[in-house]
Amino acid sequence: MIVPVLRRVVTMALTLLVISALVFFIIKLPPGDYLTNRIMELRATGEAGSVAKAELLIRQYGLDRPVWQQYLMWIGLMPGPVGFSGLLQGDWGWSFEYDKPVADVVGDALWLTLLINLTAVVFVHVVAIPAAIYSATHRHTVGDAVVTLLGYVGLAVPGFLLALILLFYANRWFDLSIGGLYDSALTNQPWDWPKIRSLLAHLVVPTLVIGLGGTAAMIRRMRANLLDELAKPYTVTARAKGLPPMRALLKYPFRMSLNPFVADIGNLLPHLVSGSVLVSLVLSLPTVGPLLLDALRSQDQFMAGFILMFVAGLTLVGMLISDLILVWLDPRIRMGAR
Amino acid sequence: MSPLLSIRDLAVAFRTETGPFEALHGLSLDVMRGQTLALVGESGSGKSVTAQAIMGILPASASITRGKILFRDTSDETDIARLDTEGAAMRAIRGQRIAMIFQEPMTCLSPLHTVGDQIGEALRIHTGADRKEADARTQEALARVGFPDPKRALKTYPFELSGGLRQRAMIAMALILKPALLVADEPTTALDVTTQAQILALLARLQDETGMAILLITHDLGVVANIAHDVAVLYRGRLVEAGPRDTVMRAPGHAYLKALLHAVPRFDMAPGERLTPIRPARAEIPPVQPLAKLAGPLLQVENVSKSYTLRSGRFWQKPRMVHAVSDLSLSLAAGETLGLVGESGSGKTTVSKMIMRALAPDSGTILFDDGSGPRDVHGLSGDALFAYRRTVQFVFQDPYASLDPRMTVRQILSEPMEIHGVPVAERRARCRELMAMVGLEASGLGRYPHAFSGGQRQRIGIARALAPRPRLLVLDEPVSALDVSVQAQILNLLKDLQAALGLSYLIVSHNLAVIDYMADTISVMCRGRIVEEAPRAALFRHPVHPYTRALLAAVPDPSLDHPLDFAAITGDQNDPTRWEAPYLLGPDEAGAMRAIEPGHRVRFSTAQDAEAA
Repeated sequence: MIVPVLRRVVTMALTLLVISALVFFIIKLPPGDYLTNRIMELRATGEAGSVAKAELLIRQYGLDRPVWQQYLMWIGLMPGPVGFSGLLQGDWGWSFEYDKPVADVVGDALWLTLLINLTAVVFVHVVAIPAAIYSATHRHTVGDAVVTLLGYVGLAVPGFLLALILLFYANRWFDLSIGGLYDSALTNQPWDWPKIRSLLAHLVVPTLVIGLGGTAAMIRRMRANLLDELAKPYTVTARAKGLPPMRALLKYPFRMSLNPFVADIGNLLPHLVSGSVLVSLVLSLPTVGPLLLDALRSQDQFMAGFILMFVAGLTLVGMLISDLILVWLDPRIRMGAR
Repeated sequence: MSPLLSIRDLAVAFRTETGPFEALHGLSLDVMRGQTLALVGESGSGKSVTAQAIMGILPASASITRGKILFRDTSDETDIARLDTEGAAMRAIRGQRIAMIFQEPMTCLSPLHTVGDQIGEALRIHTGADRKEADARTQEALARVGFPDPKRALKTYPFELSGGLRQRAMIAMALILKPALLVADEPTTALDVTTQAQILALLARLQDETGMAILLITHDLGVVANIAHDVAVLYRGRLVEAGPRDTVMRAPGHAYLKALLHAVPRFDMAPGERLTPIRPARAEIPPVQPLAKLAGPLLQVENVSKSYTLRSGRFWQKPRMVHAVSDLSLSLAAGETLGLVGESGSGKTTVSKMIMRALAPDSGTILFDDGSGPRDVHGLSGDALFAYRRTVQFVFQDPYASLDPRMTVRQILSEPMEIHGVPVAERRARCRELMAMVGLEASGLGRYPHAFSGGQRQRIGIARALAPRPRLLVLDEPVSALDVSVQAQILNLLKDLQAALGLSYLIVSHNLAVIDYMADTISVMCRGRIVEEAPRAALFRHPVHPYTRALLAAVPDPSLDHPLDFAAITGDQNDPTRWEAPYLLGPDEAGAMRAIEPGHRVRFSTAQDAEAA
């Protein structure tokens, strides 16, 4: 058990290395970079002091060196002007646009992103699983039709539109401030109880909006999977044993139908991050989605690179987790049988 | 004494899109305490519906429309037909007083839960036993059904077990609460003949020990003759014949039962006797040019070996090698049929895959003669390989899984011709011709496979194999997934096609009676080796090798005069170290084939020769 996991971790590290190279070179593909553009701008307006600072940054981050050297310095495999200082050493670089270290810019956004998206994932499962079980066991009834219809509506409604409507009514009925993840008055406050309460209240709308499409899709797939499993002979065996119907359902067909969803966990996280950019913009959520978009647009290379690496890391960790759960759930995989 | 279970005037109807369909029309029968009632009939006769009604597990679209199912377990009498199927009263009976075992021991057990968990579950829900007590009782039950290591079996998963052990686990699960009635729905149909004999012996022994009654649902009259006390014959939802086994089997009154007795291959058939299908089908085979005569055999397999590497669970262990086929030789003459017999795991399928060139042998050659002289199949490439692919076709065991449900019959039949470049106009004509050849209407070409019955689907599978005009058909258990009423049709069709088209068949089966009916020469395989090969008549008249004899002895015969000798069935017939001398082989000994009469060769041990030399 330990050896395969170690092997996986080594593969993951190599994968991350390859991804980092791809990410870096793709970001560097357009001609020029943030600083050279900025210097040209500054020269035109004649601000000598700022130009000097920009040139200092260029030297400090080695932007005057060849691209491959910049890459190696960025990931921390080659000493830069200030020694080894890259991703491997925990230095995530400098955001030129915000004129702050990337860590400071991204800081809160990172864990808020994780929080929102994990809440959405939990929401998806908590709603979709019971709905799918109901729908599958009451096939072709009015209840099934209602669940199906709601599912399709959820799939079809554009998230940002729903977000606007929900924001409006949340503000009108519950007096919730519009946008953001907490009341704007609390922005620079420490994380105390009123701020956390404000955060929880503001989480409801994004969770609903981000999770809705996923919920609808999951109900459809889970229902189809369950229907397949319900027709299998071992389900009949369970009934013939005298098991109460719900207990039989949860122990046998439901567990069998879980595999594809567990296998999906790895894909779910990055999908939620990139899929929620639009919603984040509309709701002005302080998540990494909009930051990434800005960084890519302005060629803020360290910032964009770091966020992309973060998403890639999340994906790999998610896949490792889903594989480990699969091994734990399914003895056929555990024992390497067919 | 009153019967344990009395069914009176039971009718079951299904809701269908075309209105209600009655599957049982007023069935009445009695199951006596401690006795076995065999319920016989073809698929669609209503026998499984009867079992489901007794268990209260009818599909959602079916319901009991009238009649009673009276269950007299204790002094009082319960009418199961009136109970709420999901209510507490029915659940207390189901699994506790009436238990059931099914046909497919693989799919009836959940692959995600251990055997111990699934067996002990019935005990936990009905008696409230805790896990420890349930484990102890489960271990006892596993020992009673003959598990070699019951303690270990608790922790094993169904996919780690052989088919026979899985069915034993199912039986242990059904019997752990000592039910008064066991409903067994085709319990041995999916098993090898030797395993079937063991399971039948086990059921008979457990009945003696516990005094339970068995309602045995089967289409196999050989099984009926061996373990039933009473017989009831169902036909299209009606009881057509019932009574004590001896009366019914010796003097069948109803035409259907008589027909059934003549529709299955038997060992005592006269040479050249044809099976009489219950519903004859007419096939029209157009005259064809006879194939060119060959100087030698059509197919010659020479000293072929194939082993697989099993991935072991722990990385520091050496991977295990499994010798699926060892030093195997076969020869098939043009226009003849070679039967390959053996239990599951004997390597039959590996051999057929190597002939199809779906697997490469580790050593040895497979020679095929398409009229231009023998050539090594595994040395072919390019056009020669493409031509070979056309010449050898495969007929699958499962007609449900082997036809694409999204293709019409015309598309299914046209595809092989399309691949081999037959022009469109010719393809259309050939499709109609193929349908006539297998006895189907040309109007069926536009339909999808689900519109056809199992037997008709198997005809489509045969037509597909014939489409590119092959010389050799590899038939992998061609009738074992089919209902007894259509097996005769398919076997006769295959014989007629062979006679008219000059085809050669390699037929792979564990059913000795089918092989006996079809084959000219027979090779018996055990653990990857041929142990005996002979012309059909010689093998069945004078079987020599202990393995062949064990296989033959395990076939249940419908005639009451040849009962199975349950005591002689040990289950170690495929262990070469347990064979009697001079056939006994040491752990790594290969032995050698020797002729005992012309064409009849048997594998003997060579250990004595070595000592003598």
